Amino acid sequence: MSLAVISGFAAAPAVPLLYRLAREKTGWIVALLPLSLFIYFASLLGRIADGEIVTAAIDWVPSLDVNLTFRTDGLGLVFALIITGIGTLVFLYGGAYLHGHPYTGRFYTVITLFMASMLGVVLADSIILLFIFWELTSFTSYVLIGFYSEKAAAREAARQALIVTSAGGLFMLAGLVLLSLSAGTWEISEMVGRSGAIQADSRYTAALVLILLGAFTKSAQFPFHFWLPGAMEAPAPVSAYLHSATMVNAGIYLMARLYPALGGTDEWHVLVTAAGAATMLLGGWLAWQKTDLKQILAYSTVSALGIMTFLLGLGTEETITAALMFLLVHALYKGALFMVAGSVDHGTGTREIGDLGGLRRAMPMTAAAAALAALSMAGLPPLLGFTAKELIYEGTLHLHDTDGWIALMTAVALVGNLFNVTAAGLAAIRPFWGKLKSPHAPHEVSVTMWAAPLILGALGLAIGVALTAYEPVLERMVEAVHGEEVHLHLALWHGFTTMLALSGVTILGGLALYVGAPRLRGAVAPLGRASAAIAPSRLYSEAIHGTVDAATAGSRVILTAYLRQYIRVIMITLVAALGYVFATQIEFDNLLHSSGVRIYELIIAGVIIAAALTVTQLNKRLSAAATLGVVGYGVTLIYILYGAPDLAMTQFAIETLTVILFVVVIYRLPKLKQLSSTSARRMDAVLAVVVGVTMTVLTLVVLTVPMESRLSPYFARMSYLAAHGHNVVNVILVDFRGFDTMGEITVLSVAAIGVFALLRLNLNKPKPGEERLPEPMEEEERGR
Amino acid sequence: MRSLILQTAIRYLVPLQLMFSIYLLLGGHQQPGGGFVGGLIAASAFSIYAIANGVESARRTVRVDPRVLIGTGLAMALVSGLLGLVLDGGFLVSQWGETEYPGVGKLSTPLLFDTGVYTVVIGVVLLVIFSLMEEEQEA
Repeated sequence: MSLAVISGFAAAPAVPLLYRLAREKTGWIVALLPLSLFIYFASLLGRIADGEIVTAAIDWVPSLDVNLTFRTDGLGLVFALIITGIGTLVFLYGGAYLHGHPYTGRFYTVITLFMASMLGVVLADSIILLFIFWELTSFTSYVLIGFYSEKAAAREAARQALIVTSAGGLFMLAGLVLLSLSAGTWEISEMVGRSGAIQADSRYTAALVLILLGAFTKSAQFPFHFWLPGAMEAPAPVSAYLHSATMVNAGIYLMARLYPALGGTDEWHVLVTAAGAATMLLGGWLAWQKTDLKQILAYSTVSALGIMTFLLGLGTEETITAALMFLLVHALYKGALFMVAGSVDHGTGTREIGDLGGLRRAMPMTAAAAALAALSMAGLPPLLGFTAKELIYEGTLHLHDTDGWIALMTAVALVGNLFNVTAAGLAAIRPFWGKLKSPHAPHEVSVTMWAAPLILGALGLAIGVALTAYEPVLERMVEAVHGEEVHLHLALWHGFTTMLALSGVTILGGLALYVGAPRLRGAVAPLGRASAAIAPSRLYSEAIHGTVDAATAGSRVILTAYLRQYIRVIMITLVAALGYVFATQIEFDNLLHSSGVRIYELIIAGVIIAAALTVTQLNKRLSAAATLGVVGYGVTLIYILYGAPDLAMTQFAIETLTVILFVVVIYRLPKLKQLSSTSARRMDAVLAVVVGVTMTVLTLVVLTVPMESRLSPYFARMSYLAAHGHNVVNVILVDFRGFDTMGEITVLSVAAIGVFALLRLNLNKPKPGEERLPEPMEEEERGR
Repeated sequence: MRSLILQTAIRYLVPLQLMFSIYLLLGGHQQPGGGFVGGLIAASAFSIYAIANGVESARRTVRVDPRVLIGTGLAMALVSGLLGLVLDGGFLVSQWGETEYPGVGKLSTPLLFDTGVYTVVIGVVLLVIFSLMEEEQEA
């Protein structure tokens, strides 16, 4: 099972190479990965449905008790199936959607990484591991939202999504650490049994709030919902995959997963239910006012995430069942509808619902997929959406609370569902029915582009009919969240019940709003304008601008752009810090203990000092550089005298290279002029002397500290025995401390690439023959 | 700044420097030397060559783009670490071959790692120097 997660990370780097070979067939080959993972997880269905739990563990940091532990139960399995199943379809759809785009290889690399990270989130048992994968999904989402990187709006949306979700992620990390402290374990499966201790702990409220911040930002809950509609700048397959079916559900997953440990308290009920209800109502309210297909779907996704949060907040067995059922329903129909929106865009060149109509004749298969998904979204029998809606009403009606509260909660759910019906009609029915309207003659999209959403839509129908087959899996899911054994009796037909009546009201109300939407949109527009000033997205952008302004003002004070200024500050700080330590902690009695000085040491020291003094008096760059070289070679000699040939050799090579570098750039440097005033130069001289004295004292102090190092003898002894090398320095570098060296060469490489980029960037004059971004694709022309 | 003296001297110096750098690399485990200093010396050899004969000629002589050298070197270091992970259960746990080769000693993952360092250092220095010199030409 660990392999299931790791395989994606291993495969992703190879994808660009594959793209060079396979070009347009890449999608078909890469899709084999999610497909085989899907088959693997599907093969676990029987065992998991019987109540088994599949685990796997690899030691990682055993000393900290942090290990790579994976665990599949009902909840994780359904998520894994959604991730890999919809993943397979999205991989295929994406190939056709991006057909011929130069960044297709990059798309598949990142989306493969995303899939692996998302699987990690839902299968990890260690919360540290969960957090790492969680942040990886934020990061891959950032790259994918900004896929059309030549568009400023896409870059801004990507940045916004990253800032919101990763800031939430950091709060969550703090919360998870508090949680594990009070639970005494890093493993989620062990926390579940310790809810008593966790909830009695004084850190409980803080942990809960922090973790919920993570979940709310990720799952676009009010007031953090605004990044999700922005994320619609991403290509349609990305919206279908990340921003409806999988990543945005990570917050829901986390709340469900930690419910046994954190849930059930008053704080939980209040916070989660309120956020969910607000999100559901706001998302639904905004969805029907939008006229762009993807915007309608985005706000209805916000609303749907709100419904799930709301239900988890109420926290009875029935509402949890409803939330988890709705999760699957929503992933299926929303994934399909985002693909449909992409196909409509492809087939007609617009996503404005006002410009679209009657497409069903020209795009019959896409229309069929849209209809199936829309019916499930609207909650009509016999689709799965119907069952989910019945479960929602069953949940709110059976709350153990006062009648007034039950009525209120049911009404909230009703309004949320009603908006959903309207959004389904606007996004998936209106473009396909009625009179033909399209900017240019519409055409049906390629097979993969209609087959993928059609399969998802058909699944909504198939599972809706074959409910009993899904029942045991859902039972295991609910048990994972609710903790107790669960027996469900799912059925399409319950007789004439209150739930059925509510369903009827929902659909009629939704239809009424659907019909009235075009006229009402104008009527409520002033309300939107009035509230714009306090919209969270506005507050976000003001906070960002404020931060940038403050940073700019701060930089102006601190960063003077004069190297000499920086050096002064660094040196003064060094002297002050060391001086404080010397003054308070060091005894100067036997500091000048000497083992005798040899004459050639004195000569070398004299040469070095003379060279250093000379440098300050020279007014030619070349001679100054050469004289500085004398200082360097002098130091090299001292290294040799004290038996450090490796150090000496390296110093020698570096000195040589410095001279070469200098020769390369010398003609570009301005003439050496005396810029500082005499008094400033005097101050600098004083500072230089003080620094020199301080460093000398430091060296002498270091020599008086008794050398009781165990490392030196250890390395000297083990060098040949353990590492077959006589050169201890080299053995330490490449073997004992190999990992450090690896980090260092990586840093070195990054620095070199930075230098290269700075030299090539040359903002002022674009050079001919320079690599340029490919021309913006048709996306730009579509207009909004 | 073409100079006949430099160009002629370079023809004999560069091969010597390169041989010395490889000697340092291979012998580094037993005597003073190693990949880092070896790489610096090889890089300065190519840099002096570039000063004498021009960047383009130097690029042709090196044959490989410095960026590729950087990537290859990092990959070598990574592979030497992974070999330890696969063969001995720990990242960077060193692995040693059986046969002794003259001048090289036993083949080992630390040697591969050091060769990676050697390659990265050459790549980094040359990337910076070549870029600076090309910048110089255009200016």
